[in-house]
Amino acid sequence: MSDSHGHSHPHHQPHPFQPDIEDAPLTHYQLLELAVGELLMEKGIFSGDEFRRTLEDIDSRNPGDGAKVVARAWTDPAFKERLLADTNAAAAELGVDAGTIPIMTVENTPDVHNVIVCTLCSCYPRLLLGLPPDWYKSRAYRSRVVREPRSVLAEFGTTVPDDAEVRVHDSTAELRYLVLPMRPEGTEGMTEQELAGLVTRDCMIGVTLPNDSPS
Amino acid sequence: MGGMEAGPVDLAEHDYAPWEKRVDAILRLLSAPQRKILRVDELRRGIEELGPGAYDELSYYERWIASISNLLIEKGVITIDELGRKMAEVEARHEAERTKGGKA
Amino acid sequence: MSAPRFPLGAAVRIRRAWPPGHVRAPWYLRGCAGVICHQVGEFGNPEEMAYGRYDGAKLMLYRVRFRQRDIWPDYKGPTRDTLDVEVYDNWLEPVEKEEAV
Repeated sequence: MSDSHGHSHPHHQPHPFQPDIEDAPLTHYQLLELAVGELLMEKGIFSGDEFRRTLEDIDSRNPGDGAKVVARAWTDPAFKERLLADTNAAAAELGVDAGTIPIMTVENTPDVHNVIVCTLCSCYPRLLLGLPPDWYKSRAYRSRVVREPRSVLAEFGTTVPDDAEVRVHDSTAELRYLVLPMRPEGTEGMTEQELAGLVTRDCMIGVTLPNDSPS
Repeated sequence: MGGMEAGPVDLAEHDYAPWEKRVDAILRLLSAPQRKILRVDELRRGIEELGPGAYDELSYYERWIASISNLLIEKGVITIDELGRKMAEVEARHEAERTKGGKA
Repeated sequence: MSAPRFPLGAAVRIRRAWPPGHVRAPWYLRGCAGVICHQVGEFGNPEEMAYGRYDGAKLMLYRVRFRQRDIWPDYKGPTRDTLDVEVYDNWLEPVEKEEAV
């Protein structure tokens, strides 16, 4: 389901108060967003500064933070244990503020391949991975990955051998999930930064495996 | 939604529009621990109460801003009256911006 | 905080009940049996929180593991495939010994 409205793209502007200047009139929902935002600021619920800082924070979050955590876990077994025990605290060690909602890391092994979904809404570890891709929020993914995960993985080009378990995690309540993929073969000589470069967003959701060489 | 029939997963992605990120920011600010004006559970319930058509007719962030607005009204944080007036004001301002400098 | 009702490994079933309103126990799992694989902790009941009632008694949240073949009669993948979900205590009932898998 597309979020675009078929008109020319809104121009980016630095000031969060101003409407997107586009060729088309604002939709009802865009009007709602602008009006609600302005009213909340007029009432002092939050300030313009807080709004701007929150937007900047949203823009700053990207899968690179998750990749950093994965690369450290690959190179430091003690860190990996801490990550599995308390993901938010472990991320903080690397300077990543993963927020207060608890994130659970699930580890891929030769016997278990993990994949994440939220069938009820679209829960996602946004503070570690940034905003989710459209497909993660789609009806097709959310309906099918719990029922036929291997077919869905195949659509992403991923095959898990039949002698390994595919374990689907449906984020139904309080936790968000991060998949810790297996470190690819032949990467022994790589630095942590190079390793982080192999870790894609999709392999931390579990629909793909990490790259095994820089792309 | 789990387990229902559906077609192949569409892997195309779109860049988030500024208005969508602003909805996300409003959501985070309202539900932040230091404010707790809206809880995530209430927001989810609000989306569920938009009705079955919401998933087909509204996009992801349209559903969220609809839920946020309804809840803020329900809780008396904003009134319908002031929301309606503000929406009209914003629309008028936008139309003025949009048409200035272009039309004789 | 009271002790969790179910220990790790306990066989549990999600109740067969279909109330309206904000419920986090997925429809596709109602009536399905699995095992407790994690005791997550106590949280506010979303069925109350969603309606503005924040201060009620907390509920224990568990993660429950199901075999896919126990959920979907026509599951096409290997029998070892599983699905883990978080379920609140109020949706769980013990599986009787003779029907435990």
